[in-house]
Amino acid sequence: MSEFQQKCSILGRDCLAPDIFRLTLQAPKIAADARPGQFVMVRVIDGLDPLLRRPFSIHRSFADGNISLLFKVIGKGTAMLARRCIGDQLDLVGPLGNGFEFSDDRPVCLIGGGMGIAPLLFLAEQLHSTGRATEKDHVLLGARNKDELTPLADEFSALGYTVQLATDDGSIGHKGFIPDLLDFVLPSVEQVYTCGPHLMMKNVVLQCQQAEVNCQVSLETHMACGMGACLGCTVNGKRGLVHVCKQGPVFNADQLEWSLE
Amino acid sequence: MKEAVMESAKNTPPCGMPDLRVQIGSLALRNPVMTASGTFGYAREFENLVDLNQLGGIVVKGISLKPKPGNPPPRIVETACGMLNAIGLENVGVDRFITGKVPYLRTLSTPVVVNILGDSVEEYSEIARRLEGVEGVAALEVNISCPNVKKGGVAFGTVPEMAAKVTEAVRQASSLPLIVKLSPNVTDIVVMARAVADAGADAVSLINTLIGMAIDPVSRRPRLANVIGGLSGPAIKPVALRMVWQVAQAVSLPVIGIGGITTADDALEFLLAGASAVQVGTANFYDPSAAENIVQGITNYLQEQGEDRLVDIIGTLKTGTD
Repeated sequence: MSEFQQKCSILGRDCLAPDIFRLTLQAPKIAADARPGQFVMVRVIDGLDPLLRRPFSIHRSFADGNISLLFKVIGKGTAMLARRCIGDQLDLVGPLGNGFEFSDDRPVCLIGGGMGIAPLLFLAEQLHSTGRATEKDHVLLGARNKDELTPLADEFSALGYTVQLATDDGSIGHKGFIPDLLDFVLPSVEQVYTCGPHLMMKNVVLQCQQAEVNCQVSLETHMACGMGACLGCTVNGKRGLVHVCKQGPVFNADQLEWSLE
Repeated sequence: MKEAVMESAKNTPPCGMPDLRVQIGSLALRNPVMTASGTFGYAREFENLVDLNQLGGIVVKGISLKPKPGNPPPRIVETACGMLNAIGLENVGVDRFITGKVPYLRTLSTPVVVNILGDSVEEYSEIARRLEGVEGVAALEVNISCPNVKKGGVAFGTVPEMAAKVTEAVRQASSLPLIVKLSPNVTDIVVMARAVADAGADAVSLINTLIGMAIDPVSRRPRLANVIGGLSGPAIKPVALRMVWQVAQAVSLPVIGIGGITTADDALEFLLAGASAVQVGTANFYDPSAAENIVQGITNYLQEQGEDRLVDIIGTLKTGTD
């Protein structure tokens, strides 16, 4: 495994919904090595405020050496990133972290909430590229409203997945939360992958544990370096603290202590 | 001393290039740019991104006698041009460091400095004893300045008599070059520097982090689980520079400057103020190539200034009216 620090040109910048952006970056070294579930550390500007890089999961990786990142403007760093233009260069370090584990043709369910959808599209594309029968697989996506889901949901559907949606306002799909949909899906799948808000993941994990379905979760946390040097990104594991950047960001749900967080 | 001379010869710069070599006591560095403890892991974390053999020195994560799990999360918070951390000295402990980390470090040509910390004077000397004679360990940096642990750190770093006691104990336990890392969280850092100098330190490094705090107004809770933490990064550079200048004036030992160094210009400020070397800390997190770029930037500066040797510019700050 290798990591790279490289300046990456912004090739594409799409505003998918208010405050939700997708950047396409020319990052040949990172793209060549990236696996679904891995992330990059992005310097949003060259200056010193904000100081730290921001972690973003790799949303898509293309054979032509490009990657894309999906993000929502939530603070100073993402606001600055959203203002970067096509042709600008961003300093990236990656690919980092372990990524999702997938091996066989067991039916799976991908569950994404909000920006937690980002790494799951890369996973869905990778699974699809292995030639598996994606119609047995399920994708459950949740967000605040239709605008935040529409273009992404279509991309999963185009790969042949059975996609169900949930929105807070009911503007598309089920009005409510993703875990509401999960009970109907769990009996037919053997592996769940999830990324999203902590409360959503916690509920997904509890349902998976009850149904005895294996579940991999991708976590998000504050990080300074992304490489195991700062030791700032710890969360509570079953056997003590774990480091999200190196031991994760993907964990088997039973490695983590859900009741304490 | 003979070993140091040989080491210096090995580090002779290519013909026509300025000579960046510096001495920290008997520790010979090929250039003055080191990485600071706690910001560079055990070095291997950076092997894919940094040519580790281009660095002047590597100071590894602080090592305690027993492994430490560190503090609960959240442990870091970004602040304007800086960051607060309360990692709590998480590390593998000295025995696992020797068996698990040193074999890799030994393969590097860059001298490795081991930062050590303890809850008592006896612990400091015991760690030093266990590191004595371990091939691949070039020097010790005694951490008496961590603000993030309940016992030990702060008391050792803020009371001159205690700082002297720890320094003496480590001096007796070890024949390695001994650097003592000072805390800025004191009324007069010069007093602390003098105390450890008199107690047998070969060099002082400063500064460690400044104690700080951040609050989330929505939850009305501190942003760090530990409530307070150590502030580092460019935000602290002027404070660090001032302290390095004051200490360099007051003691005859080599001073290693630390605090917000990101660029070659930052490093040069410390060198002009009297530091014989610098350590790059928080910048490793947001720019892994910072230390390497600083080495190159110092080389360029010396060439532009027509200087052949780095040592000739150390402490050449002009404060008079000439």
